Amino acid sequence: MKESLNSPGVQIPEELSGLVAITTLDRIYNWGRRNSLWPLMSGLACCAIEMICTAASRYDFSRFGMEVMRPSPRQADFMLISGTVTKKMVPQLVRLYNQMPEPKYVVAMGACASGGGPFKEGYSVVPGIDKFLPVDVYIPGCPPTPQALLNGLMKLQEKIDHQALKTDAHWYKKDGSAPIPVPILGPDLIDLRKVEQIRLASQVQQPASDADNNEVPHE
Amino acid sequence: MSDQSAVVGTVTEVFPDWFSPDSRPGYAGYIVPSERMREAAGYLKNRKHFDMLTSVTSADYFPEDRIEMVYHFRRSTGGEPLRIKCFLSRVESQIDSLVDVFPGAELQEREVWDLMGVRFTGHPDLRRILTWEGFAGHPLRKDWKEPFFEDEIKPYKSRWPEGKFIRAEEKNPLGDNLCFPPGFDPESWVPDKDEILYKSMTRVAKAGEDGMDSDTIIVNLGPQHPSTHGVFRMVARLDGETVVDLKPVMGYLHRNHEKIGERNTFLGNMPFTDRLDYICSMSNNFAYALAVEKLLNIAPPERAEYIRVIMAELTRIVNHLVANGFLMNDLGAFFTPVLYSLEEREFILDFFEAASGSRMMCNYYRFGGVVRDLDENMMSMLKAILERLPRKMDELEKYLIGSEIVRIRSEGVGILTPEAAIANSATGPLLRASGVPYDLRRADPYSIYDRFDFDVCVRYHGDIYDRFMLRIDEIRQSIRILKQAVRDMPSGPVLTGKPQYQVRVPAGEAYGRVEGPKGELGFYLVSNGKTNPARYHVRAPTFINLTSLAGMSRGNKVADVVTILGSIDIVLGEVDR
Ligand code: SF4
Repeated sequence: MKESLNSPGVQIPEELSGLVAITTLDRIYNWGRRNSLWPLMSGLACCAIEMICTAASRYDFSRFGMEVMRPSPRQADFMLISGTVTKKMVPQLVRLYNQMPEPKYVVAMGACASGGGPFKEGYSVVPGIDKFLPVDVYIPGCPPTPQALLNGLMKLQEKIDHQALKTDAHWYKKDGSAPIPVPILGPDLIDLRKVEQIRLASQVQQPASDADNNEVPHE
Repeated sequence: MSDQSAVVGTVTEVFPDWFSPDSRPGYAGYIVPSERMREAAGYLKNRKHFDMLTSVTSADYFPEDRIEMVYHFRRSTGGEPLRIKCFLSRVESQIDSLVDVFPGAELQEREVWDLMGVRFTGHPDLRRILTWEGFAGHPLRKDWKEPFFEDEIKPYKSRWPEGKFIRAEEKNPLGDNLCFPPGFDPESWVPDKDEILYKSMTRVAKAGEDGMDSDTIIVNLGPQHPSTHGVFRMVARLDGETVVDLKPVMGYLHRNHEKIGERNTFLGNMPFTDRLDYICSMSNNFAYALAVEKLLNIAPPERAEYIRVIMAELTRIVNHLVANGFLMNDLGAFFTPVLYSLEEREFILDFFEAASGSRMMCNYYRFGGVVRDLDENMMSMLKAILERLPRKMDELEKYLIGSEIVRIRSEGVGILTPEAAIANSATGPLLRASGVPYDLRRADPYSIYDRFDFDVCVRYHGDIYDRFMLRIDEIRQSIRILKQAVRDMPSGPVLTGKPQYQVRVPAGEAYGRVEGPKGELGFYLVSNGKTNPARYHVRAPTFINLTSLAGMSRGNKVADVVTILGSIDIVLGEVDR
């Protein structure tokens, strides 16, 4: 049993140390959660390859209790968004997120998942998964090295360490967390939370070519 | 290879007079009237033995009223590609489909319809492929602007040289990467429910032998599915467990590579090519560098040629290791064999990191050479890899080939006949495992591959097992090439001319291609003399290899479909671009 689990200031007799710890409920609860973080097995793009490397022998994130990649969202603790999120893919990701049981976390791995990355300007790219899902940890890099990914995942563990049952565990509250409306694909991606805005914007919209034909090459 | 005319130069065929040579400076190939294109394709196939339609693409010449269809034909016996063009009006933009002559055109024509809005009459299933049904507009048209549009070309004035920038969101009325047609009402919108897709699949209502009526069911695999190698979706119609028909659905990783590429400077595209097939960034760099070098008419120095070959062959090894490892995953040997593959891969990635500064996204090639030289330390790293790999390959082979499960599940499954492979424009290991000894390094040599002694691997059964074994054979051949390259590598500069941030590229077109680990990877570029390409098209091997997936899957069990997909070895970054 980890020594640090014992609350400071509590004396444990010599012969029982290593067998007994006296601790708070928060601490033991979080200790259990942080050491068995199971990711949802889903790879999106290039970053997924580095994620796989992190799972493989050289970097091996099972050292931190994360090796049990779950193909089913029902069994996963956190979702690692490992790559570019496109408009065509985001409905599925939102649906997966909704299917995950609480407590659940989202880690945005790499530039694309955090903010669109090199492909931000693309017409079918969602500039950052945080437009739809609440992100807990952002990991910079394109792709983040396995070390950076491990660091990000450890940050998630730290976050869990500091969640108190009484104040932060909203998943035990009656109203719980409402599912995020799954966006639908129209002429462009329709976020159902923004229907009114979309209607207004398309009423006043002028053709998008006012900055047109600027043919002067940059030197 | 720096000669521009070399693309089609040696095709000294006599064609009927409605093939008119494309005589614009910098251009090559022949122009055919659009209403005769189908006839021309049949003629090339039956009379001139151009039996592979390598690539179908298009280029928009806005503000002129012209879209050019660009076809590249090849002979499966080798030789240079033949380029045929058709001029279409932007308004009508219609042409006969070639699918009944060359089935390999199927997905490619769908892509052209989706992104360029060219209608193919007679296409059996002309739906959107990379975007979705209902998407507004055809994005690769030059007058189509994306929601975050800022300027035609980079670097944007808002960012360079002053360095201040505006967040793209601030200029968009919705504060997001969104743009809706005027007057759009989100509440009355009816999204596409895939009905057309399901209807398009062969339907067999049959009465079973025992007199019971049995119906078929539709099963969706993916886009989020542990077996699909990324965000790829297969829609299968099953009769019991047997696949009756199957349709690949892609576009879940469509990152607008080509549209972004046409805004970028030529050099600015180099790191983007890394992210196409993200397992093989070095070969992507290679093909793109060759294409631009053709336009620039320059050649890299000797030492750079050797370094390029070394990097390309190491990439092939990495790719085949990973492909075979994941294929074992699909067979049920979950994650253990792939650990061995990834272990070897790490050694090579360390070498890449030492040379280029990055493990995966190497961005290492430059126009006219490579960016940095290899030093003594790196050479000894490389020698250690070459020392170790053959032993490890023997080990891997021994464990896996001896396995009864591997053999039972892969032998005789997912067969692709040589005729079908050629007709479907398959390239790479998929084609060679079907008994066609076609490897661009021999069939249409580039760089310095003519100097090395190696065999073109070929296997004859066209099943999963042969594709698996062929990759192991190819790793051995790559090691052979690597040993020769290390032995013969001269010293000297690694870059022609001085490093340039902004290259001036003469107007014209070029098609640069390599035998990538997954097949023929080509870049079709059109330059109009500015700092960015006017057209930037990627001929993605795995995208086109997927044309064969349905045929290989029909009649097999649904569990085998997963392995068949694994044996094609796709990477979604390249399929969807
Ligand atoms: S952040 Fe970079 S490596 Fe990761 S998915 Fe995006 S482009 Fe690929």
